[in-house]
Amino acid sequence: MPLLEIKNLHATVAGREILKGIDLTINAGEVHAIMGPNGSGKSTLAQVLSGRDLYQVTDGRVTYDGKDLLELSPEDRAREGIFMAFQYPVEIPGVSNLYFLKAALNAARKHRGQPDLDAMDFLALVKDRMALMEMDQNLLNRAVNAGFSGGEKKRNEIFQMAVLQPRLAILDETDSGLDIDALKIVANGVNALRSPERAMIVVTHYQRLLNYIVPDFVHVLAEGRIVKSGGKELALELEESGYAEMVETA
Amino acid sequence: MIERIREEARERFAELGYPTTHNEEWRFTSVAPIARAEFAAARAAVSASGAQAGVKIAKLSEAPVEAYLARYARIDANPFVALNTANFEDGIYVHIARGAVVAEPIEIVIQSAANGHPTVSHPRLLVVAEEGSQATIVETYKGNGGAYFTNPVTELVAGDGAVIDHYKLQTEGARAFHVSTLQVQLGRDTNFRSHSLAFGGALVRNDVNAVLAEGSECTLNGLYLIDGAQHIDNHTAIDHAKPHAASHELYKGILEGHSTAVFNGKIFVRKDAQKTDAKQTNKNLVLSENAVINTKPELQILADDVKCTHGATIGQLDPEGIFYLQSRGIGLKDARNLLIYAFARDIVDRVKVAPLREQLERLLLEKLHGSRN
Repeated sequence: MPLLEIKNLHATVAGREILKGIDLTINAGEVHAIMGPNGSGKSTLAQVLSGRDLYQVTDGRVTYDGKDLLELSPEDRAREGIFMAFQYPVEIPGVSNLYFLKAALNAARKHRGQPDLDAMDFLALVKDRMALMEMDQNLLNRAVNAGFSGGEKKRNEIFQMAVLQPRLAILDETDSGLDIDALKIVANGVNALRSPERAMIVVTHYQRLLNYIVPDFVHVLAEGRIVKSGGKELALELEESGYAEMVETA
Repeated sequence: MIERIREEARERFAELGYPTTHNEEWRFTSVAPIARAEFAAARAAVSASGAQAGVKIAKLSEAPVEAYLARYARIDANPFVALNTANFEDGIYVHIARGAVVAEPIEIVIQSAANGHPTVSHPRLLVVAEEGSQATIVETYKGNGGAYFTNPVTELVAGDGAVIDHYKLQTEGARAFHVSTLQVQLGRDTNFRSHSLAFGGALVRNDVNAVLAEGSECTLNGLYLIDGAQHIDNHTAIDHAKPHAASHELYKGILEGHSTAVFNGKIFVRKDAQKTDAKQTNKNLVLSENAVINTKPELQILADDVKCTHGATIGQLDPEGIFYLQSRGIGLKDARNLLIYAFARDIVDRVKVAPLREQLERLLLEKLHGSRN
């Protein structure tokens, strides 16, 4: 059974159709890159999968781990193991990273019928993942994303992912705005989390990220449809020819 | 002496009567429900604790208070101060000796009750902190579920260089009326912090008035969390009477249901109060379409070399923030409560008395979990 199966997915925002029939099947262990020009619907797809209510699904279905994903609330999707790294992570003043992570982790554990994680084990896990992401431990007591630079916010997303250990990770333009050093750290964190049980969807506009996170499959999205799918070499092809040509010939 | 003061106050209240909404100071707060109620005089149960080295707690009637009592809270300015002064039960006098550094908070608990019929009480507190002293005063107001009216007045006089923290935790019953005045007179180079934490009552009005001296530093923190049909009005007045004084004011409100709130912050900077540094902020989180907040700064600046800023915000919970928390597995209601708590957090963190801070956290969580948001 595939981990995620998207069939003929249509979605609108404010009455305007953005996704016009997406079909995509993802198995555990696979990394899929979704590329495409601005406005092609990449981020919309990521947001629809995570349950953002700005978008209305008008047709199609999404099955995740055998369940009807679209029936689940955003929090239940997260508890079931879906994680989206936001393109624009949100600042939450007044809520510390540590409290936030503990609440998130324990919500998922409760959902699975597990007790809260022991405080010492939690701290050990968090510190281990901070080291992976080369983050300063002082960040733990700071408010979530508040006053973080763009790069720190993106790194914090992958750090959260490393703590929450999702089964399906969706990275929404995690590379945008990162300098090459930060990009390497982010990619390193992502690669450390690749596993046969875990699938990833990497949404990006640029091929550059895929030099560091090498995908198993690449899909090109244009005007709300997947117009081409292939292996990792498709990303290189895109880099050569640009989106315009590919979209036209599709 | 007290009898003469009472007589003057009685005459004054007879002239003034209860304020109406035509009075600018009471424009958004109608006290008609108080004016038309027939209250039986009652005595709130007042307990005071925290007597320790350097601290004397006594009944007003048994203390040498002529030089202070009713000298600061003026009966001509506010009818409810006149009403209190005319009628106060034997109040509490707290004296902090010169140079005393008082470790434990001095706690005054005022408990009111209506016993089958509406009652009124006029608690009175006088705090005199001598030069160079340091102390923490906690006033707690509570009561039963009946209709009663508590009309407290506190006068607080801080000598030169004194460092005083004042907390007022108001958790009156759901049908209570509460109209209070805190009148503060600060000496030179004092550091005074007020924390007004309001949760209870049906109709609440708090006046906090502070007169600053040269080099005084005055911080007014406020938090109000109301729902249902609650109404709360916070009026503050900071009088920069002398140069080189600073005031920082931050009042935060959380409104649910069809509750209504008023914030009015006056700052006077007198002509010779040069180098005044005054900052006023009022932030409101309005969680219901039916809740209403009226917020108004009133700055009167007569000196020319000063720094005065003010700002007010009225906002809702950030839907992006809620979704972000949900997307990490935190349920909708918990996400909302977390953001509401986060909004109040900086005021909570400023409470230095640990048991009080914990109580405040509990009150916040109880109120959040009890609400329908």
